[in-house]
Amino acid sequence: MTNSDHTTRRKFLSLTGGAAALVIVRPVDATPAMLQAAIRNVVGEANVRTGKVKLDIPPLVENGNTVPMTVSVTSSMTADEYVKSIHVFNEKNPQPNVGNFYLGPRAGRAQISARIRLADSQKVTAIARLSDDTFWSATADVVVTLAACTEEAI
Amino acid sequence: MPSALINVPAKAKRGSVIEIKTLMSHIMETGYRHTASGDVVPRDIITSFICRFNGTEVFRADLFPAIAANPFITFFTTVTESGKFEFEWIGDKGFSETAQASITVE
Repeated sequence: MTNSDHTTRRKFLSLTGGAAALVIVRPVDATPAMLQAAIRNVVGEANVRTGKVKLDIPPLVENGNTVPMTVSVTSSMTADEYVKSIHVFNEKNPQPNVGNFYLGPRAGRAQISARIRLADSQKVTAIARLSDDTFWSATADVVVTLAACTEEAI
Repeated sequence: MPSALINVPAKAKRGSVIEIKTLMSHIMETGYRHTASGDVVPRDIITSFICRFNGTEVFRADLFPAIAANPFITFFTTVTESGKFEFEWIGDKGFSETAQASITVE
């Protein structure tokens, strides 16, 4: 009788332990295929490097329905060197795209802001396309306490 | 009905970079929400925003459901002459709105 009790507890512990291990093993940097596809759609085969882009977004937001976001790119914004476009992506919303913003040399300053929706705590990525067709990116982690998109409409 | 709010400085120095702030009132329904009875609420968003200065495009944006309701977009532009900014929002269900703002460059 005692013996069977032991086995059930051992079984229980091994099961829960296994479940906990599974959760931990899940890679933190797993970017879904949809996000990769959306980024490939914009950059094609080009290499995306980290840098030049600054993504300003609060690290902790209470309301995912409206999250202020500013993207700025280091560029002289002259006729020879300017930012063509800025593309913003997210990881866990139903759709990977957030917005595409097209600028030109006469923008004067490569900076845009908008308010976005985030359905979950996730990574937000901004990619800038420069006039020489190189791509630069920045990524920020955002923790969302009240998620957007998922609530019921009336 | 003033559905658009535009903030453009009335005056600017020639060659200076100005910031333009725009807000268009719009529900930006994502198309991913359900009613209590389980029906999907159809998507109704602004898909495109364009800003022209004296007829030349200076800024354009493609918007997706991940843009918050009442899209608030700010950007910069260099002013070289006096003129008129024209703003245009285009969206689902035939949505189309325009707004204008003038600037004096000295």
